Amino acid sequence: MPLEALPVTDSTAGGALLVLAIVMPAVALVALLGLGGRGARTIVAAALLVQLLVAARVALLVAGTQAPLVYVVGGFHPPLGITLRADGISALMMVVSAVILAAAAAFAWKDFAQPRGKPEARLSLIFWSALLAMTSALNLLFTSTDLFNLYVGLELLTFAAIPVVAIKGGAETVRAALRYLLFAVFGSMLYLLGIVLIYGAYGTLATAEIAAHVTPNAATLAAAGFVTVGLLAKTALFPFHLWLPPAHAGAPAAGSAVLSALVVKGSLFLLMRLWFDTFPTLRAPDDMQLLALLGALAVIIGSITALRQQRLKLLVAYSTVAQIGYMFFVFTLVPTDAGDVIAGTAWTGAWLQVVAHAFAKAGMFLAAGLVAEILGHDRIRELGGLSAKAPLVVLAFAISGLSLMGLPPSGGFSAKFMLLVAALAEGHWLWAIVIIAGGVLAGAYVFGVLSRMMAAPAAGVELATVGRGRQLIALGLALVALLMGLLPLSPIAFLTIGRLP
Amino acid sequence: MTAALLFWLAGSGLIGLAVYGLIVNPHPLCKLLALNLLGSGVFLLFGVIARRGAAAGLGGDPVPQALVITGIVVAFSATAIAVGLLLRLHGEAGVASIDEEDDAP
Repeated sequence: MPLEALPVTDSTAGGALLVLAIVMPAVALVALLGLGGRGARTIVAAALLVQLLVAARVALLVAGTQAPLVYVVGGFHPPLGITLRADGISALMMVVSAVILAAAAAFAWKDFAQPRGKPEARLSLIFWSALLAMTSALNLLFTSTDLFNLYVGLELLTFAAIPVVAIKGGAETVRAALRYLLFAVFGSMLYLLGIVLIYGAYGTLATAEIAAHVTPNAATLAAAGFVTVGLLAKTALFPFHLWLPPAHAGAPAAGSAVLSALVVKGSLFLLMRLWFDTFPTLRAPDDMQLLALLGALAVIIGSITALRQQRLKLLVAYSTVAQIGYMFFVFTLVPTDAGDVIAGTAWTGAWLQVVAHAFAKAGMFLAAGLVAEILGHDRIRELGGLSAKAPLVVLAFAISGLSLMGLPPSGGFSAKFMLLVAALAEGHWLWAIVIIAGGVLAGAYVFGVLSRMMAAPAAGVELATVGRGRQLIALGLALVALLMGLLPLSPIAFLTIGRLP
Repeated sequence: MTAALLFWLAGSGLIGLAVYGLIVNPHPLCKLLALNLLGSGVFLLFGVIARRGAAAGLGGDPVPQALVITGIVVAFSATAIAVGLLLRLHGEAGVASIDEEDDAP
């Protein structure tokens, strides 16, 4: 079936920044492998600083021109070539990931050092190269508009995440990494199956061309189903969440922070990109209720399981399962036929939830890592004495928890409030109840931990001292989540730049 | 029955077998083999799509053939990582099973 040609989009000014954002970390990675581990931290620091500047510049350009940045790679237009495109949400996620990756690298600075005069440790080289690979893969996921290119980004992200999970060694973490890998490969095979059906039906993999021609025929619906289930497995939405808690809890603190804050968002971003920008007309409200139902189950079951955990890092990981659930309400709350204000409110709420969760969870995982370092364990029953020994750590944990619960003022509050308003305005009272119940349950597990932290120390317990710098990094990330609560509670125009009408 | 249809059915059959194996077989090595079978089925479908798209007098549409090479590389890397992890797990725990739950308090 011949396709009618779409208007050709050319590269915009500054479009080359997108190539830089993807290629530069990859080049740094090659340099890392070539030069060995001695200079690893310097290379990573330089690469992540450049990344911050690039991401900020992309966001400013998108905000300034109110139009997406576009780069046509090699001058070959789709369907032959691949176009990189950064709209509002891409720019937002690029900035968020650059900030969190830089914070995680600063946090891990001492843990993965290569002291002079000692034999090089392979582990630190693995950690730093995984961090760079994640940077590149995330930027590719956020900006690519070619379904197969996105698949490659997804795989790069998984392959960068697996070593971080297994880096501590020990049967438990290796088992967690293996389980993660099996789920992830299953997910990517289903995604690939969907891709081949789409290519068979439309003869192209460029998202804009598919969006222009998409019709709800059997092949497209089957493809959308396969792609969705594949991405759900990678995003760890209930009932595919089983791999996430041991994997995220077993990684070193900085690794857990990046995995929970960014890596699961990579596949979620792709899922939203597909349903909102690639097959927008397929988004039947009744079908999307299924995704919202899975999200609701994730919120309730994830929170209740978090309540029952006895280890702090597992509790934080189960809280990720619950918080991911909220993001899936967006699929039913942004209907094709509702008023702009309500749809815009739900859309903004979902992205605020993605960003607020990223910062709060990164802060919380770093705080949990410091707790484990101070106490030598992370059993929730024996957290006593922490608030006297390390008040900053407890404060970081508490502020992150504030955002997860959705108490004002915090980014989590704004996000959940806007989702709640949209749910009530559209008559989805069941989802409104789940949103509120999830907040109450989150309150239960956060306050449960905090009360233990404030308790008197058990007799004869020696508490280690941790550096103030790392405490401030955890606190800083938590404060970003808190300060997001000062945003006005209305749709944010930046998030709709460059989206299809 | 055309050749394309035959391969289409074979690919779908492989995918079905693989998903079945993935679900019922608890051993991670079996799961890994099932995933490879799943990959083979999907790659076969790529071949069918390439053949079907050969309308312009070419032997086949080159795009799916290019994609499938990348897909095979990715599947191979994933298998290599999984086998590496499996060996490590066997070395550390003595058994290569992902079923044992965390037994620490």
